[in-house]
Amino acid sequence: MASQKRAQYPVGWLPYALVAPQLAITLIFFIWPASQALWWSLLVQDTFGLNVQFVGLLNFRELFADTYYLNSFWVTGVFSTLMTGSALVISLLLAACCDYLIRGTRAYKTLLVWPYAVAPAVAAVLWAFIFSPGAGIMTYALRVWFGYDWNYLLNGGQALTLVVIASAWKQVSYNFLFFLAGMQAIPKSLIEAAAIDGAGPLRRFATVVFPLLAPTTFFLLVVNIVNAFFESFGVIDTTTQGGPVRATQILVYKVFQDGFKGGDLGGSSAQSVVLMAIVMGLTVIQFRYIERRIQYA
Amino acid sequence: MIEHRPGLTILCHAILLLAVATLVFPVWITLVASTHSAEQMRQVPIPLWPGNHLLENYITVLTKGVEGASTAPVGRMLVNSLIMALSISIGKIVISILSAFAIVYYRFPLKMFFFWLIFITLMLPVEVRIFPTYKVVSDLHMIDTYAGLTLPLIASATATFFFRQFFLTVPDELMEAARMDGAGSLRFFWDIVLPLSRANMAALFVILFIYGWNQYLWPLLVTTQENMYTTVIGIKRMIPGGDAAVDWNLVMSAAMLAMLPPAIVVILMQKWFVKGLIEQEK
Repeated sequence: MASQKRAQYPVGWLPYALVAPQLAITLIFFIWPASQALWWSLLVQDTFGLNVQFVGLLNFRELFADTYYLNSFWVTGVFSTLMTGSALVISLLLAACCDYLIRGTRAYKTLLVWPYAVAPAVAAVLWAFIFSPGAGIMTYALRVWFGYDWNYLLNGGQALTLVVIASAWKQVSYNFLFFLAGMQAIPKSLIEAAAIDGAGPLRRFATVVFPLLAPTTFFLLVVNIVNAFFESFGVIDTTTQGGPVRATQILVYKVFQDGFKGGDLGGSSAQSVVLMAIVMGLTVIQFRYIERRIQYA
Repeated sequence: MIEHRPGLTILCHAILLLAVATLVFPVWITLVASTHSAEQMRQVPIPLWPGNHLLENYITVLTKGVEGASTAPVGRMLVNSLIMALSISIGKIVISILSAFAIVYYRFPLKMFFFWLIFITLMLPVEVRIFPTYKVVSDLHMIDTYAGLTLPLIASATATFFFRQFFLTVPDELMEAARMDGAGSLRFFWDIVLPLSRANMAALFVILFIYGWNQYLWPLLVTTQENMYTTVIGIKRMIPGGDAAVDWNLVMSAAMLAMLPPAIVVILMQKWFVKGLIEQEK
């Protein structure tokens, strides 16, 4: 596809006026704050905020020597792996089932997409209620049926499980739509050719459908990781607030706690800068892949 | 279907029905909880079938709020959420379609520079620039205002790309024809490009409305007065922390109210929504 029009309108003040609103907001609320974070990450402020000193990369060195920060990295890694993995596998299975059926596809689609509309924070409140140590119905069921003692406010592993469930619940419907669209875009003749050669449904899925879905899978992988890193803030804040004992303190939540509750300007800014680097990395990966897909198609 | 395998068909139905049940389960529990009185909700185990306090709970929540933690009425919060969702979705569509039009249809110095500036916003979600953005907003005295709530979220690289991609598929002949008929660039935009973009705008609207309605971190920071809370934030404030004395019946009524508008938008505009979601990422 061409990235330019053959004919274009001549230069004047008009194009500048058209991009002005977008540009103004980008500069004031995006570029300026981001560069502030970059600058602040090189400063140290005393307790009263009176004395500010330039310290170079000291904040970053302290950050990576801080066991709490490294713990937060580890927690984020475990959380995003579990969340992304379970959401991808479940939605792939559901899309494959839906694609195999002739009747009912549309109904299932409607019944499976609506969780996308639920705010992560609200989804988390629902799951926190179901698993609440006092009133939770699942807490009750686990105790009565399995004799299992559930209290996510005290047990770190259970807290992590809860936030993974609450986040994945919402992500499944998003992934499902993409997988289903990807499967329905595969030419039927390919599937039929494989069937004539004697491949059963599982074999066809493994050797034809899944390899052709690779671009979709890869795209979803990146999107799910980004969501696990950032959108899960609401889930964590409404359920565990990083606890118990930092078991669910993901990177984004730590930036918030150190900056707003702890008042550590330099340290919090340094954490923001690390996060920015991570998003940039993910975005670059995503765009390089999109370019490849366009050439391929 | 290529071959007839009743077993596999039944298995597929079973798996899908199980998934639907798992997705619906929390919402069912929420709905049930919102129809009982506070006393009934203290039973162990909690009731699993709707009670008869539905109207009572919803009226309390909408007009009076929840005693204890946050007393703001949810009615007001719903209005705030609606204003926020609409400003963000309409604002994003307007500024993105204008800048995409400029970038595609004009040749002017600094064009690529502007394009890259907009592109960078993709890498700066509000979560990574919370603290400095909060400072900018408070310096501009926009705490507890709708402007402060919406403006920092309104620039959107994805929406700009979405329109740019679409404009590139609009045949050049249309523009040439418009020119021959003596239409200037703004006339061309208004009479030809806008009507052609209607479907894309509808698709984008659904996605952005949900995005705006479901915002969490930013309204949490920017709203300090109860009358500026959005619904999602209000629910969080109704849970005082710990497990002590939560009026779950009222919190769950508020949760139902928070879920309803975006769910209705998705279900009613499903066709646009799926189109927007899948094409936005191309």
